[in-house]
Amino acid sequence: MTVRKNQATLTADEKRRFVAAVLELKRTGRYDDFVRTHNAFIMADTDSGERTGHRSPSFLPWHRRFLLDFEQALQSVDSSVALPYWDWSADRTVRASLWAPDFLGGTGRAGDGRVMDGPFAASTGDWPVNVRVDGRTFLRRSLGTGVRELPTPAEVESVLSIATYDTAPYNSASDGFRNHLEGWRGVNLHNRVHVWVGGQMATGVSPNDPVFWLHHAYVDKLWSQWQRRHPGAAYVPTGGTPDVVDLNDTMKPWNTVRPADLLDHTGFYTFDA
Amino acid sequence: MPGITRRRALSAAAAVATTASAVGRHAPAAPGSFDEVYRGRRIQGGPASGGGHHHQHGGDYAVFVDGVPLHVMRNADGSWISVVSHYAPVATPRAAARAAVAELQGAPLLPFDAN
Repeated sequence: MTVRKNQATLTADEKRRFVAAVLELKRTGRYDDFVRTHNAFIMADTDSGERTGHRSPSFLPWHRRFLLDFEQALQSVDSSVALPYWDWSADRTVRASLWAPDFLGGTGRAGDGRVMDGPFAASTGDWPVNVRVDGRTFLRRSLGTGVRELPTPAEVESVLSIATYDTAPYNSASDGFRNHLEGWRGVNLHNRVHVWVGGQMATGVSPNDPVFWLHHAYVDKLWSQWQRRHPGAAYVPTGGTPDVVDLNDTMKPWNTVRPADLLDHTGFYTFDA
Repeated sequence: MPGITRRRALSAAAAVATTASAVGRHAPAAPGSFDEVYRGRRIQGGPASGGGHHHQHGGDYAVFVDGVPLHVMRNADGSWISVVSHYAPVATPRAAARAAVAELQGAPLLPFDAN
């Protein structure tokens, strides 16, 4: 059974294996398919039209399935690898071990934002940014400049305390847990972390930065924590909602999986705590 | 936007906008057009027909940076984002274009279909 661990607790060997598996997916071209899929959904999901991956109730189950696909791809390279998660409310500075050269590398240099160290620096030749929205082919970051502060534990707590999963109109204007976790309303958790990292992470092609997976693995963990906190609350809407994935509707791009199939993560993986 | 130049696209967009305002639309009013040089780059925006036939959401407002279309989207609360700044809403499409110029740091934008 896959156990997803806090990135701060990984051993040197676990970091090395995770990085090597990611680089192998990149080398074979499989990695870029994930970036392409994410960008297609983020550009197509709209508040007034069909919305599946973002700004909608299915933001959470869609990313849960997307991360499962990626994790299974990693495990096809090295069966010992699981997705780690980044608790950005705890490891909230550029000095976190997450950003060390033996893991994801650090922030970008002044001027062009180019990441200069770590296994994903352009100078390694191992990490070309192929699926992109502009001419730059190197991984970029600007940690803590697009917004100064990552969310605090108190802000996370305030969102976990929201008892309703989602509310009409089921988009970026909604009240409820999902939209506050996604960040279009309120203290802003998920969206703010993308902005804090900067570089490709702030764009539609955000999976170009491997931290995308660690960020979303923590967002996914927060969904799980919310479920335990509110055992009586559940995914909504449950039927007949235009442009929105109801509980028992299938989700694109898979078309074989429903939010109902993804509410319980324990059939796929558990967390370290 | 294959088979149609930027200039023609903007002209067509202007024509659509004129027609729409003449008949009176019930949808929320689209922002007006703009055309300026910001940090050395030309940014333009205006109501559009969404006839670009790209696979993304065909919005009714088009933005260009040095003539290349920038994918923008309007949120339910009236704020805007673009594909190069997708998690940080700003108040207007002009602000989204300016944010894109800042993010690009001089790099050329790629057309939507480049990938």
